[in-house]
Amino acid sequence: MFYRLSGIHHTRYASARQLWPLPADRWQVAAVFVLAVAAPLYMSDLYLSSYMLPWLVWSTATLALTLLMGVAGQLHFGFGAVMAIGAYTSIHLTQAGVPFEFALLAAGLLAALIGCLFGAAALRVKGLYLVMATLAMQFLVDWVIVNVKAISGGAVATLQAPSVEFLWLPVDTLVARYYVALLWAVIVTLLMLNIKRTSFGRALVAVRDKDFAAAVIGVNIFKYKLLAFFTSSFLGGVTGAILAFCFYRAVTPQQFSFDISIQLVAMVLVGGLGSVIGAFLGAGFVLLAPIVLLNIVAPLVEAGWLPVSASLMAHIPLMIYGAMIIGFLLFEPLGLAKIYDNARKYFLVWPFRHTQS
Amino acid sequence: MNIEFFLELLANGALTGLMYGMVALGIVLIYKSSGVLNFAQGAMVMTAGYVTWLLTSFGLSIYAAVALGIVALFAFGLLIERLLLRTLVGQPIIMIVMLTLGLDIFLRGLVPGILGTSPKHLDLGVGMAPLVLGDVFINRVYLLGGVVALALFALAALFFRTRLGTKLRAVSDDHVSSWSVGISVEHAVAVSWGLAGICAVGAGTIWGTVQGVEWSLTALLFPAVAVVILGGIDSIPGALLGGIVVGVLGSVIPGYVDPLVGGSTRDVVTSVVILLTIMIRPYGMFGREDIERV
Repeated sequence: MFYRLSGIHHTRYASARQLWPLPADRWQVAAVFVLAVAAPLYMSDLYLSSYMLPWLVWSTATLALTLLMGVAGQLHFGFGAVMAIGAYTSIHLTQAGVPFEFALLAAGLLAALIGCLFGAAALRVKGLYLVMATLAMQFLVDWVIVNVKAISGGAVATLQAPSVEFLWLPVDTLVARYYVALLWAVIVTLLMLNIKRTSFGRALVAVRDKDFAAAVIGVNIFKYKLLAFFTSSFLGGVTGAILAFCFYRAVTPQQFSFDISIQLVAMVLVGGLGSVIGAFLGAGFVLLAPIVLLNIVAPLVEAGWLPVSASLMAHIPLMIYGAMIIGFLLFEPLGLAKIYDNARKYFLVWPFRHTQS
Repeated sequence: MNIEFFLELLANGALTGLMYGMVALGIVLIYKSSGVLNFAQGAMVMTAGYVTWLLTSFGLSIYAAVALGIVALFAFGLLIERLLLRTLVGQPIIMIVMLTLGLDIFLRGLVPGILGTSPKHLDLGVGMAPLVLGDVFINRVYLLGGVVALALFALAALFFRTRLGTKLRAVSDDHVSSWSVGISVEHAVAVSWGLAGICAVGAGTIWGTVQGVEWSLTALLFPAVAVVILGGIDSIPGALLGGIVVGVLGSVIPGYVDPLVGGSTRDVVTSVVILLTIMIRPYGMFGREDIERV
């Protein structure tokens, strides 16, 4: 029934090397794509706006960070700041009358340029010290955004996103915003799926595995480390702009604080370092698991079965979030992607388990 | 701007720095023995503050509460090492960093969730009136904090001359060769976590007196990280000197610049200290430089 490998013989390299060599995988991807495109038809506005849309945007951001942390092996604890640069750039440019499409590009470019400054630290140090350096830069960018009134409009100010058009279609309704986010998510996903099949991706993987060794075999690590930061920050900046325009409809400094950077790293790790499907699963899990678990606990408390005070109740999402990070690192360090992979492999050969290599 | 203002900033900055050094000492002890940078040290300080407050609220005197708190946090440190860190030995650095960050988030939810979010008051019984030396006003709690920090540093220096301390030094040098001469590395790492717990009690009590025991004590992590980076991540004298430097810079510069730019330059100074150290001399003032082979 699940023996989906049966009768599949690749006779040309091109067919063996395609993205999804198994027809079953292709059907699965097509089904997920159709479900995503048709989501406004069968989902209520509430679910679309408060679950589906943030999940898509955060998954895209996780993909951008996965490119840096999973593929190129550079640790980055300041990705929230990179997204903030993109968000603020796009809002200021559209308010000045620049078309949305160009504002998105400019947001990506500025985020990429400043992101390269983060990368400058990576040229000097790695590992733990890179964590500290990016963390310090996150605080610096935050401070500049909050304290320079021309950027944020003051520490507690909120900049409203103006209504814009994307490819001559107004991005005002929820459905239009959803499709813009979906389009960007699909572009980034395709990029990430293909990146390891390019020389750029292979060079990044070489740098990840051991940068000195990569230099010995002729990979210019100076160039590729900076390029990794540039590409990833570009994607992150555009995602930040999409987040500001499609989800929040406004931007404040708190939306991109240090906690958000930690949350992004948690999404990457919970999903599985370097995995594309892991980025989607991880972002969904980190966003939704605390909400779902809270919804399970809350009725129990109201029914009086669990003696939980109001202040503990308010802290339960934070506790679940922390416990979730710890739990994944202890029990499944390769993340949800590994769990998915195990399940897939099981069903792929079921019921002939002995054929599994 | 007169000289008294500068001296006051200098003195209070140096004392604050010593108190940062107390938090940093815990990080250094753990890093020395196991190469793990404990991002949960801020949360441990907060936990220690809450534990001390809880014990005093049972009617214990503050000194008895601190003594019991030391026992409790030592055990807590051992527990964290045994349950969490030991299973991750040999994993990539990102896993270990995220584990301690996850622990930080978890404690930040658990402890204030159970014991209440409103700031708790700790009284060390030294009075609130500032001490006046010439024209300089010094906060008595800061002074006590500086003294406690110096005492902890002295104790740490003495501890490394004992039998157990020698084992810890050996382990910080090399894990494999320590095993080969019969030193239990696991034991030494566990002890260092316990010692970090003791440092957390000192820091938690003093900082809890200064700013009230609440979740914001975890924010001490950031200046403490700057201290260990500047001083050298595996150096105890580095934590002491780095603490004073970070404290003085974080007091004097905001003292003059804050009125000009509208506040909160202290975090900027801390960030710049981290960045400059990493760019110019990544292993800090006294840290050991790692040589890497392909």
